[in-house]
Amino acid sequence: MEPVIELTNLTKKYNQYTAVNGLNLTLYRGEVFGLLGPNGAGKTTTILMMLGLTDRTSGDVKVLGLDPNYNAIEIKSKVGYMPDDIGFYEDRTAIDNLVYTARLNGIAAKQAKQQAELLLQRVGLENAINKKVGAFSRGMRQRLGLADVLIKQPEIIILDEPTLGIDPEGVRELLELISTLSREEKITVLLCSHHLHQVQQVCDRVGLFVQGELVACGNIAQLSEALNEEKTVTIELEVAALNNPLKTALEALEQVLSIETAAPGSAQRVTVTCSEDITALVAKLASEHSELYMIHRQVYGLDDIYHRYFEGGEAREAATKA
Amino acid sequence: MKLQLKLNQALRLWQEKLGKLKPEALFQRTSDKRTSEHAPAQQRPYSNASRKAFWVMVQKEFGDHIRSWRFSILLAIIVLACIGSIYSAITALQAQSDSGNTQTFLFLKIFTLSDGSIPQFTQFVAFLGPLMGIALGFDAVNTERSKGTLSRLISQPIYRDDFLKAKFISSLLLVAVVIFSLGFLVMGLGLVVIGYPPTPEEFVRVICFLLTAVVYVGFWLNLSILLSIRFKQAATSALSSIAIWIFFTVFYGIIINLVSNAIFPDQNGTTEQILRYYGQMDLLSRISPAELFSDITTTLLMPNVRSLGVLTMEQVTLALDSPLALGQSILLVWPQLTALLALTFVCFGLSYYLFMRQEIRARS
Repeated sequence: MEPVIELTNLTKKYNQYTAVNGLNLTLYRGEVFGLLGPNGAGKTTTILMMLGLTDRTSGDVKVLGLDPNYNAIEIKSKVGYMPDDIGFYEDRTAIDNLVYTARLNGIAAKQAKQQAELLLQRVGLENAINKKVGAFSRGMRQRLGLADVLIKQPEIIILDEPTLGIDPEGVRELLELISTLSREEKITVLLCSHHLHQVQQVCDRVGLFVQGELVACGNIAQLSEALNEEKTVTIELEVAALNNPLKTALEALEQVLSIETAAPGSAQRVTVTCSEDITALVAKLASEHSELYMIHRQVYGLDDIYHRYFEGGEAREAATKA
Repeated sequence: MKLQLKLNQALRLWQEKLGKLKPEALFQRTSDKRTSEHAPAQQRPYSNASRKAFWVMVQKEFGDHIRSWRFSILLAIIVLACIGSIYSAITALQAQSDSGNTQTFLFLKIFTLSDGSIPQFTQFVAFLGPLMGIALGFDAVNTERSKGTLSRLISQPIYRDDFLKAKFISSLLLVAVVIFSLGFLVMGLGLVVIGYPPTPEEFVRVICFLLTAVVYVGFWLNLSILLSIRFKQAATSALSSIAIWIFFTVFYGIIINLVSNAIFPDQNGTTEQILRYYGQMDLLSRISPAELFSDITTTLLMPNVRSLGVLTMEQVTLALDSPLALGQSILLVWPQLTALLALTFVCFGLSYYLFMRQEIRARS
C-alpha cells in the first residue's frame, strides 16, 4: 500500500485558537477515506493545508511525496478539490465552466471540450450541457462539481461536504458515482462530511475529527469494536409476546446478562444483552416459545460512534468554555 | 576620493548582507510559496503550463467584461460624450478660424478646445475614465469570493498572483482598447470634418496622451481591485472607490483652496516666500491623481505650455514664445508620469500583499 497523503503532527493556530492540533493521518492509494466531524472541527482547514492554500503553524504535510508549501502547483495539478458549496460562473454554460477548468490545467481547447462532454455524460448531466449554471439545481451543481474535479484527471480527489443539501436519491447517486470512480480509476478519495450514514456507505476507512484532533481512525468494524468496551453483544428481537416460558428460557442461558422490554403488550420488542454472540440460540428459543417476527444483532453503527465521540467533544467544549 | 572610498565600502557591505539572505528566507512568508519560480528551470516543468493558464484567465476575464451589461452602458456613455466633445471642439475651431487666427497644432485642438457648451475630450476622459476603471475592478475579487468560484479557481494549478495579474491585465487591455479606439475615432472624425491632417508630431503627441490616459484609468482600476480584495462586499468596495474618486475630483480642489487661503503669504512677502507658497501649493495639488493627469494632458496636447509651476520674471524675459518640442514636453511631465505610475504600482503592491496573505475558503 502506497501512502499518498501523509500528515505528521500537523498543527494550525489562528492567533490563540487552535484549529488543527497535532494531526497524524496517512491515506493510501485507491482508498476512500471519510473524515467525519462536526462543523468547525478543522476539516476544511486541514484540506487547505494539504493544498498549500493556507500556511501551517507546524508539522509536516506530504501529498504524493511533495510538500504543499513548496510544490503547490504540482500538487494542485494532481489533486482535485471540491469545496463545500461549490460555485460556478453562473452566466456561463456547464460545458464552458468545465472547459475553463480544463484549460487552466493546461489541456488544449479542443481536447478539453471532448473530455468535458464525456464527463458530463458520466455524471448524468448530458441534457444540461448547454444550460447556464445559474439555472442548475443543487444536486446538478454538485454533480457538475464532481465533473469539474475529475477533468484534470487527478490522482486524489478531496470532496468537502459533497452531499450537503441534496435530496436522498441524489445523495445515493452521487455516492455511487464516487465509489465507482474510486474503484475503476484507482483514485484516492478523501470525503469530508458530517453525515455519518452516507460516509458509512462508501468509505473504506473513517477518521473522526473533533476540535482539531483525530479521536479515532479505522474501518467501521474497528471503530465499533473500540467503542464497545464491555465486549457485550446486544440482540434485538420482536416477538408476538414475551411470555413466561420464553423469558425463563432466555434467563436460563448463562450468556444472557439482561433482558429489557419496550412495553408489555402483544407484539413487542425485546433487547437482550449477552456476553457472547448467541443470536442463533435466541432465535431458536424465541420461535419455539412464541412467534419470532424479527431478530437483529446490533452492531455499533457510525451513529453510536459519532454520538459517543462527539457528545464527549461537546461536553469538553462546554467545560472549557465554562 | 574619500567619498568614493566610502561608497565602495558601503557597497561591499551591502552585497555581503544580500549574499547572506537566501531566496528561501525572502519568500518564506508568502502563502502560495513561489520558491519553485526561483528554482532552476529544469525543476519547474509547470511554469510553461501556468503561463498558458494565465492567458486563459485573461481571455476569460476579457470575454466576461465585453459581454457584461455594465461595460456596454459605460461604453455608450463615453462614446456619446466623445462625439459631443468633437462637435463642440469643431464649432469652437470654426469660430476661431473665422476670426482669422493663425493656428499652430490645429489638429490637437480637437482634443482640447471647447465652445463652452460641452467640455472638451480630455475633460471627458479625465472624468469618465476613472468611472470606467472603477466599474471594471470594483467586484473583481469579492464577487468571485462570494460566488464561491475563487476557492475552486485557486485550487487549480495556478499561482495566486497570476489570478490577480489576470484580473488586472484583462481589464487594462480592455481599457486600452476602448481608449485607443475612442482616440482614433476622434482623430478620424476630426480629419473628416476639418480636412486637415495631423503632422507626425501631433500624431505622436496624441498617442502619448492616449497612453497616459490608459495609465490613469489603470490607476483607478488598480485602486478598485485593491478595495475589492479588502472589502468582502462588492457594494462596499464600489462605494468606497467612488467615494475616493469624488473626493479627488470635487472635494480635493475645495480643500486645496482653503489651505491656499490660509497659507497665502503677505502682500509684501519676499519673492522667496511667494515661490515657497507656490511650491507648497503645487506639491499639495499633485497628490491628487486627477491633477497629475490634467498636468500631463495639458502639456502633451498644448505644446505652448512651457512650465507647470511658476516662472519668475527673470526666467521669462528672454524666452521665445514658441511651442516646446515633443521631447521637451515629455521631459516636463516626466515627474507627473512617474508619480502616476508609482501610484498604480503602490496600489498593485498593496493588493498583492493583501491577497497573497488571505485565506480563501468557500464563500467567506
